[in-house]
Amino acid sequence: MRLRSLQILILVVLIALWYLFTKPGLLPNFYFEQDNRAAFFFGEPQKVFHVIIDWFTSGEIFGHLGITLLETVLGFVIGSVFGLGIGLWLALSRTASMVMDPYIKGFNSMPRVVLAPIFAVWFGLGIWSKVALGVTLVFFVVFFNVYQGVREVSPTLIANARMLGASSRQLLRSIYLPSAMSWVFASLHNAVGLAFVGAVVGEYLGSSRGVGYLILQAEGTFDVNTVFAGILVLTAFALVLDAVVGLVEARLMTWQPRASETEKV
Amino acid sequence: MTATPALALEDITCRFAGRDGDAAYTAVANATLRVADGEFVSVVGPTGCGKSTLLNVAAGLLAPSSGVVSVFGKQLQAAEGINRRAGYMFQADALMPWRTGIENVVAGLEFRGVARAEARQQGDAWLRRVGLAGFGDRYPHQMSGGMRKRLALAQTLILRPDILLMDEPFSALDVQTRQLMENELLALWAEDRKSVLFITHDLEEAIALSDRVVVLSAGPGTRPIGDFKIDLPRPRDVSEIRMTPAFLALHREIWGAMKEEVLKAYERQKAA
Repeated sequence: MRLRSLQILILVVLIALWYLFTKPGLLPNFYFEQDNRAAFFFGEPQKVFHVIIDWFTSGEIFGHLGITLLETVLGFVIGSVFGLGIGLWLALSRTASMVMDPYIKGFNSMPRVVLAPIFAVWFGLGIWSKVALGVTLVFFVVFFNVYQGVREVSPTLIANARMLGASSRQLLRSIYLPSAMSWVFASLHNAVGLAFVGAVVGEYLGSSRGVGYLILQAEGTFDVNTVFAGILVLTAFALVLDAVVGLVEARLMTWQPRASETEKV
Repeated sequence: MTATPALALEDITCRFAGRDGDAAYTAVANATLRVADGEFVSVVGPTGCGKSTLLNVAAGLLAPSSGVVSVFGKQLQAAEGINRRAGYMFQADALMPWRTGIENVVAGLEFRGVARAEARQQGDAWLRRVGLAGFGDRYPHQMSGGMRKRLALAQTLILRPDILLMDEPFSALDVQTRQLMENELLALWAEDRKSVLFITHDLEEAIALSDRVVVLSAGPGTRPIGDFKIDLPRPRDVSEIRMTPAFLALHREIWGAMKEEVLKAYERQKAA
């Protein structure tokens, strides 16, 4: 509870400072020459909140937010499934992994945001170009974690399952997959964030709907308050997505000991 | 002993390729070892002498460079893979951490396609037999070392293997728990007298449990150098039998054969 109140205190102080420094005429000018310049560049918190409340009461935001979240979830799911599948395949086949190694490294080190315009050409300005960008970002995070996870399965565990009569398919299902899953979950928080980045950056570069589009429009008219409103809404929903992943993780990973957990015998 | 042995390792040699141009390392050389049906054989030897290598060969997890493994007279083909009539209890923890106790115990049945309800019933029975009734819902990390070993024992024995291979299964336990586990193992073994090949570095444990103790030479090129019949009466209590004069005499005799090899292994490790 103490922790929570401290966290809220920091938020309140930040907003108060924001207000103090941007309200025209409240403080003497020490950097800008004119009173309203700070507000022009940094927005004003009360106006930003007004925009947000307006969005939600008028319902205007829901369509855009829905699109952005849909792109995020699709990018995340498709990227994770591909990452899991290809990660498993390459980790279990030595030859394939050695053949693919330079390509994987190449694709991973390529700055994938530059693909966004190409995806816009390939998939149009609808949601799929954003999903594609999200997939390329999510894929590698999940892929490397699965690859690592499968490679680091204890050989004793595998030998034991084989002695108990597991076929290679059963080995995959009951040893490799669960073992890889613990690594995947470690990467999912990261992956959700990246899927979100993919969606918003994609929208920003060319779209007709979505929160990224709202921000782009506002920037075009120098409406910095709306830009900040968009950023705040995105941040809030990124936190929500992260919490959802946390919940799913807690449900599926009950078998993992928590660091501070004493063994209850 | 004229009958076909349950497990026969004939003239086994295991050579491992050296890393980065190092000379190849011969872990086991021309080793022959037989375990009769229903016999409890322990293999003792200095650390790092290739005991586990020998056991992995017997399990079919490792193909020997040369030599033949037969199981009840039938040759184990390297291509066929593992020894299907054997159960293996590992030195390290081999339980699946993402499965609860009962799910771990029934894993083997599940792999064999036994119906869920049937597997569950057998699993519960085995949990009771190893003294873990009521602990089936716990995950391995919520159990003590001794409990995890019991679970591993139940996991192996539920498949009723004709041959039980054990690789220093109790070496990580404290002395008290260890003696309890040894007694429990003997009690379970006495019920149906399967063949056991038990690897240990602890001579006392070997004598207390076995019908026969085989002493291995120091590596590299390990092979059996001594074979001792243990004719102590059964049923035994491992903590009490250690005090009897017969036990001490056997211990003295086998230690005499082993001592030199232990010192040799020690010198070699110091030099390395």
